[in-house]
Amino acid sequence: MSAVLRAENLVRILPGEVPVTLVKDVSLAIERGEFICIMGPSGSGKSSLLYLLGLLDVPTSGQVWLDGEETSVYGEDDLANRRLEKLGFVFQFHFLLAEFSVIDNVTLPMRRLGRLDESAARARGLELLDRLGVVEQSAKHPHQLSGGQRQRVSIARALANDPLILLADEPTGNLDSVAGATVRQILKDLAHDMGKTVVAVTHDAAFAAAADRRIGIVDGKIDADWRAA
Amino acid sequence: MRIQLQVALTHLTGRRRQTLVSLTGVVLGVAFFLAVSSLMRGSEQDFIKRLVDNSPHITVSDEVRRPRTQPAERRWADGAVKIRNLKPQTETRGIRGYREKLALIEAIPGLRVAPVLVGSAVLTFAGREEGVTLSGIVPETMKTVSTIQDKMIEGSLDALDVNPNGIVIGTGLAEKFNLGLGRNLTVVAASGASRAMKVVGLFRTGNAAVDETQTFTLLKRAQVLFERPNRVNRFLIQLDDAYAARTVAQRIEDAIGDKSVSWVEASEDILSVLVVRNIIMYSVVSAILLVASFGIYNTLSTIVLEKTRDIAILKSMGFHARDVRLIFLFEGVIIGIIGSLFGLAMGAGLMQALSQVQIKPPGVSEQVFLPIWWGAQQFALATAFAMTSCILAAWLPARRAGRVHPVEILRGAA
Ligand SMILES: Nc1ncnc2c1ncn2[C@@H]1O[C@H](COP(=O)(O)OP(=O)(O)OP(=O)(O)O)[C@@H](O)[C@H]1O
Ligand SMILES: [Mg+2]
Repeated sequence: MSAVLRAENLVRILPGEVPVTLVKDVSLAIERGEFICIMGPSGSGKSSLLYLLGLLDVPTSGQVWLDGEETSVYGEDDLANRRLEKLGFVFQFHFLLAEFSVIDNVTLPMRRLGRLDESAARARGLELLDRLGVVEQSAKHPHQLSGGQRQRVSIARALANDPLILLADEPTGNLDSVAGATVRQILKDLAHDMGKTVVAVTHDAAFAAAADRRIGIVDGKIDADWRAA
Repeated sequence: MRIQLQVALTHLTGRRRQTLVSLTGVVLGVAFFLAVSSLMRGSEQDFIKRLVDNSPHITVSDEVRRPRTQPAERRWADGAVKIRNLKPQTETRGIRGYREKLALIEAIPGLRVAPVLVGSAVLTFAGREEGVTLSGIVPETMKTVSTIQDKMIEGSLDALDVNPNGIVIGTGLAEKFNLGLGRNLTVVAASGASRAMKVVGLFRTGNAAVDETQTFTLLKRAQVLFERPNRVNRFLIQLDDAYAARTVAQRIEDAIGDKSVSWVEASEDILSVLVVRNIIMYSVVSAILLVASFGIYNTLSTIVLEKTRDIAILKSMGFHARDVRLIFLFEGVIIGIIGSLFGLAMGAGLMQALSQVQIKPPGVSEQVFLPIWWGAQQFALATAFAMTSCILAAWLPARRAGRVHPVEILRGAA
């Protein structure tokens, strides 16, 4: 029962003239330090589930426990604070701020949190970039980097406030196989060597094979029998 | 630097041209606001200064605002008293017991007072007659409450002391009679008394009505002419602080009972015209800033649209709606501050240029410079107006940005 992230009967329905059910009755528990893969056909609701687990979206019914706290009682600002302190996101597209240098992008969450002063934040940012092998790029701007380098910078930014959980939505979806393999290895090391919990949505079979556990999603529901075709 | 401020700066520098256009609007708005309002303020003060300098700050006259209470009314203070057939006393008009009252007024600090007996008279010279206002004065005190001494072009008020039969008249009247200093004319009072008097001084105030109808003689001479010995009917009072006139006038009236009118009360209609003028002026100059704030609104709205993805990233990272609003409010404030600084500089330049312009207002004989007021108040006011309109203009885009929902943007982008 030491699940760092737990979901109970999650349902997410988009209201509208024809309501769309994105996630249907999903329950799961993820332990600290696990490297989890969410897989499934396109449009099955993987991203939607990840947004719910990452407190970006609010379920229509059901609960999410993060680090032992039930989150449905939280308002918008409280959820934002949890994201800032305990969660890190990596998306398929790098989503870095174009006008900010690499190091400024990485220190952004630290400066918002305000626990480190500027020089300490900078030192930590450089250390993260170094660990991800892109410290030489720190003064550059995102458009001057390759896709794989950008994704590594995104991971560095996601790690900025030393989160419990890293949530990634197709982090290798836009990368060639070599760059994809690097990112995959980084995420695996984060889970196994550094005790971070990693939850990644992926279509990549090699990625899935590296994970500790795979969760199949079909039609918004967990499907234990699902195997990548 | 605060992270929100840094993001704000990158937004503005990223859209340099549009930012510059918005900025120009604010600069022009502030500059015109400052220059026009300082000119208006200057001319207003110039106008009031003339008003204040050329008329007594307070005039006490031998009228009462309310009739004296009758003994019957005093006896039955609570009863309904009807008084009929009250017979007006035939008495010498004027301020009763003026010496005592004068002493009372003189005891008030910060003022100078001159007793005057004003009446009408007819001057005749070489068969020509002109009705004039004849003021009996004490030159020594009159000089302290009036600028007339400065307006003398020949002779002086003091000459009246030397020659009790002297009279001081305006140049307008002198031209009508076609006479000069040292000539004798006949003064006839309403009572019928007449006396030959010698012109011992000529003044020119620039105000035609005064120059043609105002004349001065010694108080004692006027008392004899008007057959009102030991009476005056005006106290003219000049204050160190002209703006205290209203309260001081009230105080004097309470103390002596005679009607005391301050310049503020006497020129209420003119002052209310100034208020209307100010309303019109501020509406017009604010309109420029209003247009400028539309420019800012437009720029910031574009930035919000363009940066929706960045906003979604920041919010997904844990930025609050408040942080995002702050970013865009900062953008408004930055434009406001820079725009105000350049606007104030440009406005001061305009004011400098305007203050070199000479005009010749009607009724004034010499050229005068445009009156510009360099007070800090207008600078502060222009800045406050600009900052307010910038922040208001930023408010709507900021609110829209704060409402961006990251999941909606992520769904769209994925
Ligand atoms: N705004 C929307 N309105 C209606 N339907 C939507 C909306 N957004 C998403 N959907 C639907 O919700 C379902 C789940 O979408 P989601 O993005 O979670 O799928 P996914 O598994 O991540 O797909 P992919 O593998 O292609 O990324 C899809 O069928 C999609 O068509
Ligand atoms: Mg998806």
